[in-house]
Amino acid sequence: MIDVNSPTFWPELIQVVLVGLGQTLYMVGFALLFTIIIGLPLGILLVGTERGGLFERLFGSTRVGRVIHTVLEFVVNLGRSVPFIILMIAVIPFTRFVVGTFIGSTAAIVPLALVAIPFFARMVEIGIKEVDPGLTEAAHSLGATRWQIVTKILVPEALPSMFLGLATTITSIINFSAMVGTVAGGGLGDVAFRYGYQRFSTIHIVVVVIVIFVIVMILQAVLTYFAKRFARNSFDEKGGRASRRLAADTLTGGI
Amino acid sequence: MISISSVSKSFGAGERRTVALDNVSLEVARGEMFGVVGQSGAGKSTLIRTVNLLERPDSGTITVDGVNLTALRAQELRIARQGIGMIFQHFNLLSSRTVQGNVELALEVIGRDPRERKRRAAEILDLVGLTAKAGSYPAQLSGGQKQRVGIARALAANPSVLLSDEATSALDPETTRSILELLRTINTELGLTVLLITHEMDVVKTVCDSAALLEGGRILEHGKLVELISTPGSRLARDLFPLGAVTVRPGTTVIDITFSGGNADRPVIAQLARDHSLDISILGAAIETIAGNQAGRTRLELPGTAQAHSAIISDLRAQGLLVEVVGGEAA
Ligand SMILES: Nc1ncnc2c1ncn2[C@@H]1O[C@H](COP(=O)(O)OP(=O)(O)O)[C@@H](O)[C@H]1O
Ligand SMILES: [Mg+2]
Repeated sequence: MIDVNSPTFWPELIQVVLVGLGQTLYMVGFALLFTIIIGLPLGILLVGTERGGLFERLFGSTRVGRVIHTVLEFVVNLGRSVPFIILMIAVIPFTRFVVGTFIGSTAAIVPLALVAIPFFARMVEIGIKEVDPGLTEAAHSLGATRWQIVTKILVPEALPSMFLGLATTITSIINFSAMVGTVAGGGLGDVAFRYGYQRFSTIHIVVVVIVIFVIVMILQAVLTYFAKRFARNSFDEKGGRASRRLAADTLTGGI
Repeated sequence: MISISSVSKSFGAGERRTVALDNVSLEVARGEMFGVVGQSGAGKSTLIRTVNLLERPDSGTITVDGVNLTALRAQELRIARQGIGMIFQHFNLLSSRTVQGNVELALEVIGRDPRERKRRAAEILDLVGLTAKAGSYPAQLSGGQKQRVGIARALAANPSVLLSDEATSALDPETTRSILELLRTINTELGLTVLLITHEMDVVKTVCDSAALLEGGRILEHGKLVELISTPGSRLARDLFPLGAVTVRPGTTVIDITFSGGNADRPVIAQLARDHSLDISILGAAIETIAGNQAGRTRLELPGTAQAHSAIISDLRAQGLLVEVVGGEAA
């Protein structure tokens, strides 16, 4: 039991929470980085390899495109449907292979990225599917390459919805990072677990909840700001914006 | 300049197979403004999209500026497309880029350096009259302005051909007129060959040198407008200069006279009335300037039966006018 009235209580709490915060930001930051680096191309490939997509004929063969699409669909669906706690345990051999250990904040990045990548890939897919096919068509008529179409048309036009998708993705990474903490990953979840649950300090739980809440609020605000900033056609005629927000909300609610 | 040869295209298979183009052949001469008209679903969009191979025809060949596009490999086709501009009904502008950025896209694609891009974008925006809007985003523009951006983007890389898919169909009549004027200017001043498709006869009448009528994926008629007008029974001519339904009063004959080219500004009717001492009523008239020539049709009512006027009619025909007896006793 922790003595709330002890003079060292608050300094210790602050110390513990700051360390936890640092670990959380470290885990979430790197997991997010890998999520974007891997999830973005994955999402683009997911849409592109669809029938009639930009990469339908990958390496000059329809078969290659079809196979890649099927594999990606399977992997993304699998990644999205396996409960995190099971995924976390299931990837331990892989984590050990990559990081050398499965304990600690660095090791926690692996399952966090693995759970977020398929999620973000779907968000990217949704965003890119909402880009008016007429734009791709116009780019083709100008003689653009597929790479130019991806970098100059699809990604910039889907940017607002990808930022909203990113906001949702971060929220879920933070969410899962708390769970990782209980399995020796450290971070705010670990603080709440060790002090709040094992040592019955309600104040620790309350402070952790507030800190996480503030982080999520700040990130949401920043990313929504970017989403708006890149959405030059706010409230376009086709209602694309509205449906996009709806999709994001639905997914947020699902976490 | 554009040669469409025996092109067929169908969509779907089995029960749901629709033939969008059925063995279509068409020639568009260099520097010409060619209009393809037809009702919705006639295959117009499919036709124009086969010209730059956005839609690959099932059979037939497309030749633009001497290059057989249907025989090209993907990489070569991209290069060929850089010489064929295209504008769209819904403009298809990037919402994430400014007006200038949208125009520069065409120049980035062909690998121009930033300084050259900026110079060319300014030049072409000046041509379409949008210099003041260079920094605006498409969402801040009117429909007509958006289409001007579309035109600027299509022209930025100096193509020799411009394809227009219902470019004015989303615009009001006033704006339509100004966009058509711009297209005509581009056609005459830059010598661009323009192929446009539309469901509006007015568009063809206002700017085209030649036209084709597409129906059910087939070309029913095609030719120069001035020639089509003097072709007996031409549906395009009738659609271009509608005179409405014929009502014939008893004891009279109704004839349609088609004027074109040189005979349009002669006082044919006054002379007719004088020479034959006839009371002629004009029931309707449609006179337009087509490709710089007066052309049109006039519907006249002559007293008496057609037989009685056979001399008059052959007299008119001898003057090179197209005369059709559209109603009357023993007509
Ligand atoms: N991508 C497509 N898939 C299936 N059917 C199509 C497609 N594009 C056009 N069609 C069909 O081809 C016919 C001609 O269409 P289109 O060329 O768009 O006509 P228009 O532009 O004259 O209205 C229509 O029956 C249309 O339904
Ligand atoms: Mg159409």
